[in-house]
Amino acid sequence: MAESIPADAMHAHDDHHHTEQSIWSKYVFSTDHKMIAMQYMFTGMAMALIGGFMAYAFRMQLAFPGIDVPGYGTVTASDYNALVTNHGTIMIFWVAMPVLIAAFGNYLIPLMVGCDDMVFPRLNRLSYQIFLLSAIVLIASFFVPGGGFGGAWTAYPPLSAKSQYSLTALGSSFWLVAVALEFTAFLLGGINFVTTAMNARAPGMKIFDIPIVVWMIVVASILFMSSVGPLIAGAVMLFMDQNVGTAFFDPDKGGDPILWQHLFWFFGHPEVYVVLLPAMGITAEIMCVFARKKMFAYKTFLYTTFATGILSFTVWAHHQFVAGIDPRMANIFTVTTLLISIPIAEMCFIYIATLYGGSIRLTTPMLWALAFVAEFLIGGVTGIFLGASGADIYFHDTYFVLAHFHYTFFPIAIIGTFAGFTYWFPKMFGKMMNDTLGKIHFWGTIIPFNFIFIPLFVLGAAGQHRRIYNYEHFPELAGVEMQDMRVLATVSMLVMLVFQLVFFYNCFISWKKKQKDAGKNPWKANTLEWTTDSPPPHGNWPELPTVYRGPYEYSVPGREEDYFPQNVPD
Amino acid sequence: MRPIATTRMAAGIPTGRLAIWWVVASEIVIFGGLLVSYIMHRLAKPEWGDHAANTNVWIGGFNTFVLLTSSLSAVLAHKAAVNGDGPKAAKLLYATCFGACTFVVVKALEWNMEISHGFTISSNTFWSFYYTAAGLHGLHVIAGAIIMLIIAETAKKNLELHRVELIGIYWHFVDIVWIFLFPLLYIAK
Amino acid sequence: MSEHAEHAEHEVNYVKIWAILLVLLVISILGPFVGIKVVTLITAFGIAIVKAYLVAKNFMHLNIEPRYAVYLLVTMLVFMLLLFSGSAPDIMKQEGRNWVKPEIHVEAQAPAHH
Repeated sequence: MAESIPADAMHAHDDHHHTEQSIWSKYVFSTDHKMIAMQYMFTGMAMALIGGFMAYAFRMQLAFPGIDVPGYGTVTASDYNALVTNHGTIMIFWVAMPVLIAAFGNYLIPLMVGCDDMVFPRLNRLSYQIFLLSAIVLIASFFVPGGGFGGAWTAYPPLSAKSQYSLTALGSSFWLVAVALEFTAFLLGGINFVTTAMNARAPGMKIFDIPIVVWMIVVASILFMSSVGPLIAGAVMLFMDQNVGTAFFDPDKGGDPILWQHLFWFFGHPEVYVVLLPAMGITAEIMCVFARKKMFAYKTFLYTTFATGILSFTVWAHHQFVAGIDPRMANIFTVTTLLISIPIAEMCFIYIATLYGGSIRLTTPMLWALAFVAEFLIGGVTGIFLGASGADIYFHDTYFVLAHFHYTFFPIAIIGTFAGFTYWFPKMFGKMMNDTLGKIHFWGTIIPFNFIFIPLFVLGAAGQHRRIYNYEHFPELAGVEMQDMRVLATVSMLVMLVFQLVFFYNCFISWKKKQKDAGKNPWKANTLEWTTDSPPPHGNWPELPTVYRGPYEYSVPGREEDYFPQNVPD
Repeated sequence: MRPIATTRMAAGIPTGRLAIWWVVASEIVIFGGLLVSYIMHRLAKPEWGDHAANTNVWIGGFNTFVLLTSSLSAVLAHKAAVNGDGPKAAKLLYATCFGACTFVVVKALEWNMEISHGFTISSNTFWSFYYTAAGLHGLHVIAGAIIMLIIAETAKKNLELHRVELIGIYWHFVDIVWIFLFPLLYIAK
Repeated sequence: MSEHAEHAEHEVNYVKIWAILLVLLVISILGPFVGIKVVTLITAFGIAIVKAYLVAKNFMHLNIEPRYAVYLLVTMLVFMLLLFSGSAPDIMKQEGRNWVKPEIHVEAQAPAHH
């Protein structure tokens, strides 16, 4: 019954904030949301490097079959399976989710809604610790007898359920446990995010004064929480199949492997929107700030998001068109899949309408945000072909699918993250990043990215199947032209990886700079996080702010400055 | 100790209780996924009725009784906490814990009996679902009992009395899951 | 039960609710002894729903909670209904449609085992 003391009375600040903390309690066991956000951010980036290294190893094998990959050695067939499986798993569950939802969510939600911390700081810390444990378990799966799990990130049984098929008895169980732990961590985190945004808003912040990115992270967390349950149940069942001898997914003994696919994709498709929405929100924030314009149709954007969220629960079986599902159901899922492109397209139109007539500043974050929309559109448009069940029979499991979802996930997980990171870096560390280096990094990432995946679209349309270790064994896929395109994709990827060094160098020199040159509000933005010091102190504000208006009041007529922070009274 | 954020209530529900509703919501889909899988199999396979006939309705019914009664003591504990009577709330929570222990012990004896009759988890898919669903539910019972003991310790000193209600809501949810598991696994033959 | 006042939280007689729940429990156990399938289904699942409703309303106090808590929980149930209706056509009719037919399966397995 803790109600009836809602006022931000004088308590809370005195006890623990100003005491000297040891390194352990400051960096490792901190309950401060900003430190936990940094932990998530850097763990996610480290995992991104691991996932990127895996991509490097197997792309080298595809372009130059049998080569002794520098830094890895020869990629054997089972290595190849484990690498592609864990590349996918890591990039989605250990990079996109921790960085976009957990890191930005932890950092931004309390700062943007104007409170001193998450509502459950210790639960927050536990969430990160479980996440870290899950990452360790996943990496450990590579070093157990039999090696890492190689049954693809979707883990379809019976391949994943029976060790005589997968040949990785321990590896597949480790993989499954790691994924389950990761889900636990994000359930805890999600409850925290949603509750904080619902309950801990600053006085005066009405429901339509919440910045879009907070909304997006909250909706994403809700989608995650309401879709992950069946997969957790499925993971329990699969774990029992692997280790106890049940036969939930074994057709020999009365189980049904299609059931796993339904449980998996019932989560797996909303998961796409779970990672997409925060990236959309980050983009919206950046576009408003650097177009110096009020967001076009804030409420429509929100309602569109809700529509996307609900529709995302009705499309999952489009991943299973060739799995032998009922063709009449395939018709229904085709229609719903095509329907869901409407709200997403509408969101892109809102971005364009926001940009229209603005005074656009092409800073590094803005470039990333614009690139997000442009590249994601390609991913979305190619999805139309795959969503139609007839066309999908041809395209299914080809590189066309692979290029399609990389054109969605790369903008989400990489471009969206760089947009957010470069935009909030001054707030996080109090120092500006070097804009020239940022732009070199931007072009050095975007151009090679397109050179990686456009050839893969072409290869996929030509019939090249996924998950094949060595195309020399397939005469119709081993032609010189096709092999040249594989080499082109791989070389482009190497170029892109090299350009990431520019990013790390930029981070490093910016972080090493002596004076904190960012100030409180370097971008002249409205939202609450820019009204406190950079980096914000423990407790975020000496005195918590009050909100007087919406977050996007830029270029208000009759005002001297072209921005109008949320906490400034009229 | 507690951040100011936790004491705010912009959504009209105290923070702890709001979070518990989200916990319950995400648990609904976990059990929902498992039960939907079971129901689909069960509807498609009439022969599972014969397997279900081997479960013992009386033991299941007794356990339902135990859980319903423990729910009563949990809600009475909440009432005591609302009235500010921490020690009484703690006693009622201990009673709820006793119910949880009874439930688990009876469950263990029941499983022991069934396994000795040859109905193991790998006998067939019905029994796999039977042990998995009841096992997942049993884990929730055990976890709830442990949390309840911790909460009873603080409630005894009249501290953090709002927690009594929170564990109560979770406990009633666990009860409701069993209310559905009981007919699904025991009665429908 | 429905005529109970909506906002009388602490006037609800919890013991009375508990007694009703026990009566319902006894009916649901005795239902199958009638031997009619429809009656069994009603006493099993109809009563389960009533019991869950009573517990959720009176013990979890959903009757006095802001409405959106109820909507939240109901939404989750709707999602489960969605999962059921999307996957049931595949899971409930599996013979020979989405997997290897039994006779072919036996032939394919035969060399591996013997």
